[in-house]
Amino acid sequence: MTQTSQATLALKVEDLHKRFGAVEVLKGVHLDAATGDVISMLGASGSGKSTFLRCINLLETPDSGNITVHGETIGMTTDKSGRPTPSDMTQVIRLRARLGMVFQSFNLWSHMTVLENVTEALIHVLKMPKPDALDRAQATLDKVGMYDRQDYYPAHISGGQQQRAAIARALAMEPDLMLFDEPTSALDPELVGEVLKVMRALADEGRTMIVVTHEIGFARDVSNKVIFLHEGAIESEGIPADMFGNPESARFRQFLSNTLH
Amino acid sequence: MALPAYASPAQRLWHYIYLTICSLVLFFLVMPLIAVIPISFSVSPFLQFTPEMLRLDPEAFSLRWYRMMIGDCSDPGITTVCSDNWKIGAKNSLFIGVIATALATTLGIFAALGLSRPIMPFRKLIMAIMISPLIVPLIITASGMFFFFAKLNLVSTYTGLILAHTILGFPFVVITVTATLVGFDASLTKAAASLGGGPVRNFFKVQMPLILPGVISGALFAFITSFDEVVIVLFIGGPDQITLPRQMWSGIRQEISPTILSVATILVILSICLLTAVELLRRRSERLRGIRPT
Repeated sequence: MTQTSQATLALKVEDLHKRFGAVEVLKGVHLDAATGDVISMLGASGSGKSTFLRCINLLETPDSGNITVHGETIGMTTDKSGRPTPSDMTQVIRLRARLGMVFQSFNLWSHMTVLENVTEALIHVLKMPKPDALDRAQATLDKVGMYDRQDYYPAHISGGQQQRAAIARALAMEPDLMLFDEPTSALDPELVGEVLKVMRALADEGRTMIVVTHEIGFARDVSNKVIFLHEGAIESEGIPADMFGNPESARFRQFLSNTLH
Repeated sequence: MALPAYASPAQRLWHYIYLTICSLVLFFLVMPLIAVIPISFSVSPFLQFTPEMLRLDPEAFSLRWYRMMIGDCSDPGITTVCSDNWKIGAKNSLFIGVIATALATTLGIFAALGLSRPIMPFRKLIMAIMISPLIVPLIITASGMFFFFAKLNLVSTYTGLILAHTILGFPFVVITVTATLVGFDASLTKAAASLGGGPVRNFFKVQMPLILPGVISGALFAFITSFDEVVIVLFIGGPDQITLPRQMWSGIRQEISPTILSVATILVILSICLLTAVELLRRRSERLRGIRPT
């Protein structure tokens, strides 16, 4: 790969390793995401896909490997006890603001209204003036269909609404890349659709997204690249037509047949 | 709890015995507090219900002990020693209580945060040492502090008294905040971190508001502990450090004056107001956030 094409990559992850105690969760995972890519990561639970996502914005510290966001590589070093740690935390904090993350359990702050959840980082991280932050937050909430619920506390709205508010919170930061960590896994089946609809709309806008999911339909119809993780390593990857139309990997076929019924 | 219609005679009997026992317990708990109130309005300088008071004769009631409490000694009916000590005591108690509470709360939050991290070594041991002032008899803590503070020239100083009360109040904050942190969802601070918030801001904007109920109840306990503490004040306080409990103590010992009861009445009313206010605030925030009490 040439230097110029590498610079245009929204995200490049090279040889990522992570172990929890004796268990090696990630065994050298690679990922290239160009701007506009929608990448679905599939895999059985315990395959390391959520850990991988959390390593990208360093909510989990990887043991080794390189993470490059828009050509800027996150500097790593080791601390006194030999554990890997970011060499410059301010760089990590700055890059995190450009990587929007949506969590499985929404993680909205229960002491703030939906609107306050969205404006918080705009005001305090992006240092936007309050009226501007309010405008942007309301526009984003409108986009995910939560404008009417902006003054509710998270405890008073449904799971699907909470997740849409959480998407708005990440989206309002206008991130270069959106990371979705099983965004529909904690939802009741009838609420999954409204969240997937919002995510589909974001993909149609050309946003760069990495989606860890169990929703085979979303992976097949929306993403332009599918990665299947098995026990911490990439078992197979490709465009959805190839992956689902003609699965090469026996394990992926097994996974599909287990998931689809 | 009502008695079901099908209750047997034995069950009925037990039900009424049970109600009687409960009423008696509550009666004995509350009665001393209530008895204090009418006597504090008595004209007589003795701690008793006079026959006139029982006849509700207006002549038998007065505010003279309340006037004496605020240092107004002009009433000719006052035969006991009248001084500014009550006013000084109230000021000192508030001053020492507020500063000791602020210190204990700040230190207690830090300690609880540190102790709740899994990487902290010797957590159980450190926790045991930190809450030891709750377990060790107060008189032993007080005499130990006396000898220790004497070496540091802290006896008979406000600093010494504030530090001592901080040590007493600190375990309450550690315990309540640790308990709140157990129920705190760490992924909420991860969400804040994922949006580019620094660790200090994440703590104050996300974690602190959510553990605030624990912090407030810990701080209340710390304040009340300091506010009604007499043993340590007797050991460490000098002639200048008159606090309310100490003044009540010497008042009871030297000359029994109904002023003590006036002060007690005001303290009872203050405590009821304080607890009611805190409870109302707690319910309000619960209703807003939809948080169920755990």
